[in-house]
Amino acid sequence: MKKENFFWSAVKLGLLGGAITIFICLLGMMEVFSKRAVIEKVINLGQFVLLVTIVAAGLVASRRTSSRLDTNRPVLNLTAGLVAGLVAGLILALFVVIGYNVNLRSVFLNASPPLYNLLTFGKGQGYIWPLPLIGAIGGLVGAALLLIPAVYRGPLTRALIFTFFMALFSGLFRVVMINQKGVVEKAAKYFFGQTGLTIEGILIFFFAVFIIAFLWNYRGKEVQARISRLPKRGQLSLRVLAILVILYIVIGLPTVSGPFIAQVIVTVTLFILMGLGLNITLGFAGLLDLGFVAFYAIGAYTVGLLTSYGPFGLQHIPFWVAVPIAVLVAMMFGAILGLPVLGVRGDYLAIATLGFGEIVRLLAGSDFLAKYFGGPQGVIGIQKPCIGTLAPFVRMDVPRVCNGIELSTVQTIYYVAIASALLIAFVAWRLLESRLGRAWMAIREDEDVAEALGVNLIQTKLLAYMLGAAFAGLGGAIFATLIGSIFATSMQLIVSINVVALIVVGGMGSIPGVIVGAIALIGLPELLREVSEFRYLIYGLVLIIMMIARPEGLWPSTATKRELHHADAENVSAESMV
Amino acid sequence: MRTSLSERLLDLVVSGFLWGFRILIVAAILIGTIASIRAGKYSSDQWIGFVVLGISQGSIYALIALGYTMVYGILRMINFAHGEIFMSGAFSSYFLATWLTKTGFIDTNPVLGLLIPILFAMIMSASIAMLVERIAYRPLREAPRLVPLISAIGASFFLQYTFRGLFGPGVYAYPSIKALDGQWNVFGFGILKVQIIVAVAAAVMMGILYSIVQYTKIGKAMRAVSEDKDTAALMGIDVNRIIVTTFAVGAAMAGAAGVLYSLIYRQVFFLMGFTPGIKAFTSAVLGGIGNIPGAMVGGLVLGIFESIGPSLFLEGLGITRPYQLKDVIAYTMLVMILLFRPSGILGERLTKKKA
Repeated sequence: MKKENFFWSAVKLGLLGGAITIFICLLGMMEVFSKRAVIEKVINLGQFVLLVTIVAAGLVASRRTSSRLDTNRPVLNLTAGLVAGLVAGLILALFVVIGYNVNLRSVFLNASPPLYNLLTFGKGQGYIWPLPLIGAIGGLVGAALLLIPAVYRGPLTRALIFTFFMALFSGLFRVVMINQKGVVEKAAKYFFGQTGLTIEGILIFFFAVFIIAFLWNYRGKEVQARISRLPKRGQLSLRVLAILVILYIVIGLPTVSGPFIAQVIVTVTLFILMGLGLNITLGFAGLLDLGFVAFYAIGAYTVGLLTSYGPFGLQHIPFWVAVPIAVLVAMMFGAILGLPVLGVRGDYLAIATLGFGEIVRLLAGSDFLAKYFGGPQGVIGIQKPCIGTLAPFVRMDVPRVCNGIELSTVQTIYYVAIASALLIAFVAWRLLESRLGRAWMAIREDEDVAEALGVNLIQTKLLAYMLGAAFAGLGGAIFATLIGSIFATSMQLIVSINVVALIVVGGMGSIPGVIVGAIALIGLPELLREVSEFRYLIYGLVLIIMMIARPEGLWPSTATKRELHHADAENVSAESMV
Repeated sequence: MRTSLSERLLDLVVSGFLWGFRILIVAAILIGTIASIRAGKYSSDQWIGFVVLGISQGSIYALIALGYTMVYGILRMINFAHGEIFMSGAFSSYFLATWLTKTGFIDTNPVLGLLIPILFAMIMSASIAMLVERIAYRPLREAPRLVPLISAIGASFFLQYTFRGLFGPGVYAYPSIKALDGQWNVFGFGILKVQIIVAVAAAVMMGILYSIVQYTKIGKAMRAVSEDKDTAALMGIDVNRIIVTTFAVGAAMAGAAGVLYSLIYRQVFFLMGFTPGIKAFTSAVLGGIGNIPGAMVGGLVLGIFESIGPSLFLEGLGITRPYQLKDVIAYTMLVMILLFRPSGILGERLTKKKA
């Protein structure tokens, strides 16, 4: 009975794995991803993704077997993995056979000959036998992963993940390192190919990380203990040293990396600003705002109208004066939009704010208000920030000349963005610890109790709204001067969703979480052109998976962590009572 | 209760602000309407045309809104991905209808040619919705309220971009059905056939749904579950099965709405579900969420408002190209109803916990 169960479960997992591989193929991921190598000339990203799916099927099949038997039985585990992988490979092969003989293309856009060529390694219809074979091997590998003793498994996973990331970003590292000339350039050419790692690079990275992680398992506790045994001054100086190193990297980066990476980092920083803002309303106070982009738009339009020398400019005041005004205006709108919706609870609030966000976008882009906001043409010709004095005002359509340093390139605006992100992160951190921050969290946990304890709901929620709006307004202001023009079409709902997603992934209510989330969800897709085509698909998936598997986020705040574990404990006790 | 002066002042400011907001909107509508009627730019024929378009559009919103309302009634959750279920219905019927048009089947059997794609869309939408429920919602049933909402937002984006990946970002033209071209003469007014057919089809579907919910055993079970899940389970109702059925039935309605929508607008693309989805949600709230007749009334009200609004009061306010702001009317109605009467037109006053 038990044997039959494990076998059929493995077959089912194989079918599921096969279906997922076909899904990946039909989405067009294979073709796009195949342009990027993971290991130069050996395996590309598309093949890698399929392989990972199959290995995962093998791993899950093996784990199911173990949990059914309550112990590991290597032979059964390996058989389960083999079966799952083989079935997945067979399904994929079947798909290729069908694809060659039936025209699926009239429905599925990506079911094209290039796809089948990729799946048969460019050798045509007769060459499908490797697919089941690779599937079987992949499944076996997956099953074997579970059997490795835990001492080795941790370092192994870490080494694999690290090597994979190095491979993904090897093009980037290569460009940066080659710019340095000399030994660094040679090292770059040794480790990195055009888009993937070389075989030498793979081996070196993999073993280096494996050994370090392995040693850390044994020695890590001792090192930590030794650091904590250091006198206070020593600890402080260590911390200062770390901060100095990070600062050095942050300041030096744009000159080394060139405009592309600086651009990506600025984008990430803008999302960090918005994320910190929404983190106050959603993370601290528990108010989900799906129209958050409205405040970003308001900040951007304020700076645009106040500094532009295009047809819609009203003034030519310096950027540094326009930014505080933009923040204040955004704050004011936070109050205006916040006042009516404060009485609305939970999910209704989300939809009401979504409505507000859409109204702002539609009005800004409409012909009705085109006299003021440029309508579909947008506001163009926004002046760059200037360090120094501005020449006196001449005419509306002539920019004021900057006597001093004009921050006209991305690499220079980078510093503005980083500085404001640091400032806002500091403010958010201080707010979190303040009386107001505690009031927000009380509201998030239970409004009625908070009110009974003397928290003024209206005032506290309104402050959360206004501060969140202010942060987003600052982000918008920097965005306006970075791009130099604003269009209503760039203020879509998708931006708000981006921000919600990055907070959810990072961890609601956690400031480092916002930064981690922004880097993971905004930075990575920007750097990987291939992935960015599928970013919203991946976002959607990530949101679902995070909500199910890890609702506290990647870097949770201590309060949420405690609360969730508390909830777990409660569940357990409730279950045991039943 | 001990309240300080500043707190009372703040309350005063808030309620004053809310009243100001209401008065502003009502005044804008009144002034705009009077000005437009004085200007007399549109003939009565045109007004009737607007209303009929509004009814056919509104009945589509109502069909979609049924899904929102039923799911909310049972799970107290906004199924944000419902608009994408609607889109998937439109997409699947597009492929079938194109094939049927090519074989000439639709031109020879217009009735069957209309029914078969609708049925197919209903089946596809229902199966996708059941899949989404199983993967994205069921594990989160006991979680705090924002958690399933965020998961639903994720599901919505996943579905949108899955369709984009599978079928491309382009706009597909839904095949035209010859039998539906032209006009019918109703009481001396020429009205597009498509609009009548769509309104009638939607009305029939809603009638079927209403009788299922009111008169069959499974409908009774649905109502019982939406009343109280735990008690329903004690009475021997399989709550899980009822929830899945609710999702499937709501999705089938949305799928049918997808076909009707593409019959009117002739465009099928991966983002098409978003705006109708939000508007259908507005209709559901407008009629009182959790209330099936309410969704129908809400849909019609929204459809008519949206179709006559731009010419009736926006143009009177001197707004150029008022049609661009058609969606603004719907969103404003959404915000207003959520602010001022979250229980909707037909809804009972919900207790704080339910609302």
